Parts: sequence; C-alpha cells; structure tokens
Amino acid sequence: MRKNWWKILAGVLLVYTFTAGLLIKVPSLGNLKETIRNMFFHVPMWFSQIILLTTALVYSIKYLRKPDLRFDIYAEAFTKTGILMGILGLVTGAIWATYAWGEPWSNDPKQIGVAIALLIYFAYLVLRNAIPDIDKRARVSAVYNIFAYFIYLPLIMILPRMVESLHPGGKGVEGNPALNGSDLDPMMRIVFWPAVIGWTLLATWITTLNIRLYLIRDKNLLHAE
Amino acid sequence: MPNRIRNFFLLTFLLIGSIATAQDTNVNEGFMRSNGKIYVVLAVCLTILIGLFIYLFTIDRKIGKIEDKQ
Repeated sequence: MRKNWWKILAGVLLVYTFTAGLLIKVPSLGNLKETIRNMFFHVPMWFSQIILLTTALVYSIKYLRKPDLRFDIYAEAFTKTGILMGILGLVTGAIWATYAWGEPWSNDPKQIGVAIALLIYFAYLVLRNAIPDIDKRARVSAVYNIFAYFIYLPLIMILPRMVESLHPGGKGVEGNPALNGSDLDPMMRIVFWPAVIGWTLLATWITTLNIRLYLIRDKNLLHAE
Repeated sequence: MPNRIRNFFLLTFLLIGSIATAQDTNVNEGFMRSNGKIYVVLAVCLTILIGLFIYLFTIDRKIGKIEDKQ
C-alpha cells in the first residue's frame, strides 16, 4: 500500500457521492425536478477537466524552462485525461439538456465554447503525432498546449458569462454558475464538493497510470539523456 | 494468476451480496422496492463504480510489477 491512500479516498468519496447523490432530499427547482442530482456527476467532470488541464499547462511550462522529456509525458497524459473528462461532460450535458432544455444541443454559449475547446485539444493530439522528432515534438506541443489553455479558459469561463445562457451564471445573473446562494443549498454542498474531489482524484489516478506506462515505454529515451 | 482473478470475482460477489442482504434485513423486506425503487439504481451504480475501481487497481498492480522488474 505505498502511496495508495488517495486512490482509496477517491473510491470512498465516489461511493459517498453516488449514495448521497441519489438519496438526499434535493430542492425542486423549475422543471429540473430530480435531474438537479446531475450536479454531482455532470459538473465535477468540468471541475476535474479544469484541474487536469491546468496541471498539463504547468508541465508544459516546466518543459520549456527545462527540456526534460518527463515533463512532456506528464503534460500529454494530463491533457488526454482532461479531454476524456470533457467528452464525458459534454455527453452527460447533452443527456441532461434533452430533458431540461428540450433538446440535446441548443447552441448554448457554453456548449459551443467547450466544443471549440475540445477541438483545439484534439488538434494538440494530432499535432503531437504529426512530429516524428521527439525533442521537436515535445517543444512544439508545449508551446501549443500553453496557447490552447489560454483559449480554452476564456471559452468556458469568460465568454459564457458575457452572453445570455441556458446554463446558470449567464448574462444578467449574479455570481458564479450554480455555486452561489440559493442555487446550491447546504445539503447539496456537502455532496457536491466531495464529488468534485472524488472525480478529480479518479481522473488523476487514470492519468498516473498512463504516465507510468509512457515512462516504461520511453525508458530508453529517458535514460539516453 | 487464475487464482487471483477468481479471488477478485469472489470478493466482488461477496460485496454485492452483503450489500443486498444487509439492506434487506436492516429495514423491511421491501427495502429495495421502496422509494420508487431508487435503491435498485443505486445498487447498479455502485456495482459499476466498484467494478471500475477493482479494474483500475489490477492495472495499477500490473504496471507496478513491470516497474519493479526494471
């Protein structure tokens, strides 16, 4: 059990999330009814994505400061899991939207924003595979990743708040999306934040598995330095 | 190796079984059917979640073994 406690914590938090998330009494808001419980499953996808992609950004910057291939591997793995969480968030959002807004895709600013952001990150993976030279690939990917992050953030955090949106927190609404005041009652808060931590830890675990795999795959390159 | 896999299956079934019986005896016989059968959904979700975690742990251990060999 070396350094495994946080993996078990992830499991415990997620079991708690599923149990409490399905069983607690939730406020009935508008036509959301029971679907407000998606707060514990759909929203943490985006929280964990932001955390993972920010971590990837840090490693990309680290690579540019000190060209160690390990940093490139970390950045790639964190970005990949971030993309996975984004796809899951988009799909779960579409399912929720079908029953809350009437259709899976209503060109909501947040939907368009994350779709563009995901395409930018898909391009990151394509770009990586297009460069055979390892050092050049690492450097170009790091630069592109920094560029991608600073487009991604405004697309999902800033632009959706400046226009009218079906999501909470659009133009004309006070405060943060769904996290302020009466939107998230105290009962939901004590499930929501553990859910965010649990999902993020799970995503991090998957990322570390990928990292360890890549480190074994590239061990000849890493030792050659 | 097959022993380990068999143990995992045994453990999983025991877990699911204990959850189901514990709930049945604790409250009343219709526990799983109460509240619009929401507990059935919960059991399904928890089974998937626990299954995924067991799977991740096996991958984790496999990678750990390869790492130790190097």
